[in-house]
Amino acid sequence: MTAVSDTSELPSVKAETVLSARSRKPANLGQILRWLLLFLGGLLMIAPITYMISTSLKWPHEIYNVNLIPEEPTIENYTYVLEDGRFYLWFVNSIIIAVITTVSNLFFDSLVGYTLCKFRFPGRYIVFIAILSTLMIPTEMLVIPWYMMSQSFGWLDSYWGIMFPGLMTAFGTFLMKQFFESVPDDFLEAARIDGLNEFQIWWKIAMPLVKPALAALAIFVFLGNWTAFLWPLIVTNSVEMYTVPVGLSGFGDEVDVAWELIMTGAAISTLPTLVVFLIFQRFIIRGVVMAGLKG
Amino acid sequence: MSAYKRLSIRQKQIVWAWLFLAIPTLFYGLIRFYPTGTAFVISFQDWNLLGERTWTGLSNYQKLWNDPVFWKVFRNTFAYLIIGTPVSLVISFVIAYHLDKTRFMHGFLRMLYFLPFMTSAVAMAWVWRWFYQPVPIGLFNNFLASAGIPQIAFLNSTTNALPAVLAPAVWAGLGFQVIIFMAGLRAIPGSYYEAAKIDGVGWWTVLTRITLPLLKPTIVFIVVFSSIGFLRIFDHVFNMTTNNPGGPLNATKPLVLMIYETAFSSFDMGYAAAQTVVLFLILLLVSLLQLWILKGDNS
Repeated sequence: MTAVSDTSELPSVKAETVLSARSRKPANLGQILRWLLLFLGGLLMIAPITYMISTSLKWPHEIYNVNLIPEEPTIENYTYVLEDGRFYLWFVNSIIIAVITTVSNLFFDSLVGYTLCKFRFPGRYIVFIAILSTLMIPTEMLVIPWYMMSQSFGWLDSYWGIMFPGLMTAFGTFLMKQFFESVPDDFLEAARIDGLNEFQIWWKIAMPLVKPALAALAIFVFLGNWTAFLWPLIVTNSVEMYTVPVGLSGFGDEVDVAWELIMTGAAISTLPTLVVFLIFQRFIIRGVVMAGLKG
Repeated sequence: MSAYKRLSIRQKQIVWAWLFLAIPTLFYGLIRFYPTGTAFVISFQDWNLLGERTWTGLSNYQKLWNDPVFWKVFRNTFAYLIIGTPVSLVISFVIAYHLDKTRFMHGFLRMLYFLPFMTSAVAMAWVWRWFYQPVPIGLFNNFLASAGIPQIAFLNSTTNALPAVLAPAVWAGLGFQVIIFMAGLRAIPGSYYEAAKIDGVGWWTVLTRITLPLLKPTIVFIVVFSSIGFLRIFDHVFNMTTNNPGGPLNATKPLVLMIYETAFSSFDMGYAAAQTVVLFLILLLVSLLQLWILKGDNS
């Protein structure tokens, strides 16, 4: 247990010691200036998001005005866009697809990562190399064969068609494999002696020990599928099957110069992930660092 | 069941391992390896999605070599890489370097920089597309107009369109790079800085002699990660130029957009597959270059 929590906490523990040593100087002019510049830079960073939200709350005649605060804020655009009904459909589609894909990745990536990490069996090395080598193949190379498959099996324009390429990922598998390295073999051996079968050992003993890694993987897979564009664009052709990004792209063309409506659609598709981020901020950033550095 | 009980522990492990790997092996075989092979095969064929697949040898590759649009697209793709990677690397390092030294409201500032990473490329491409519109619509040109500066044609100009499309892609990736840089900075042992302080070394020497050399693995990771991202750019370009994808005059068209159009607008599957093979080779080269640099690091 200690070994596991130690590795996952390592960056932040180090950070604290290093930072406390660095921050003992009293604030001087240089530091105040640095803070102000960073703050202004930060405001610039979120300017596209704030302007998106601001414009989505403006009446059409006001969108030509560069002021950030709308003179007469309105939720008319949201009512209009949502009454249309298509955004609801796309939203539901995107959620279903992102959730199922995330669950599938959490299950299979960690199962395969665990097996490659903790079992010795003939063929282990080949499986390892084979999965590793798929990291080299860009998805753009596979979309044409995937399209052919979907066409011949009747998967075009269906949830399964959108989801099947992403149900397992080599990235997730190696991320989980890395984290299972820190689970002591003694734990698994003890469970084996207690009479648990191998599936129970994985599910009940090993999985709870890598929860931080599972959370990091979940964030990456969910965000990746929520924002995925190329494959859903190719595989869907009826409006009811679109995901949010594909729907928004078509919607933007359709309403043409009604920028307040486009900004509203963009806000609707962005706000859920932003809200989730604001709630779980520290947790998500730690997950991103873990996945980024270990994966 | 009784047969299972007679197996040794090691044999049981083999059975379980393959039981666990059965579905994933099938998945990787059918959804990754088989399609990879198919992509290579189709690149030597002529096929319009409906008719017969006929072998044409290297003709798709010859066509590619002689296609002026391909070379334009090839230059664009590398322009995204060559401008995007250093620009995002320098900006994210400068932000991370200073953010790392700031304690007051550190979490809040970090949140501001990271927020764009959580947005979807499609939504933000439309927001930036609005920014770039001419007066009286676009935000940037409205600002310029109110400052009395002449208008800039962003997306309609063959010279400005590519950097204009690249900007939101750089912007969206900065937050991730800042976070990774900060993790790298924090992993540098404080004793190095203490020693430098005792020796009375200036901040520039500390930066170039301690911080940057020790950050090399982080820098290599970010360079490779962002390079691959820029080489595969698609969402931003497609959504900012939907009225004329990759325009004006192919000035913004990257390889992935050319693949998409060849395959799903012209239905020239063989030709598109040959383009995907080229993309694969480019990405392979970048990855090998990374391995080579990291190996040089150890010796």
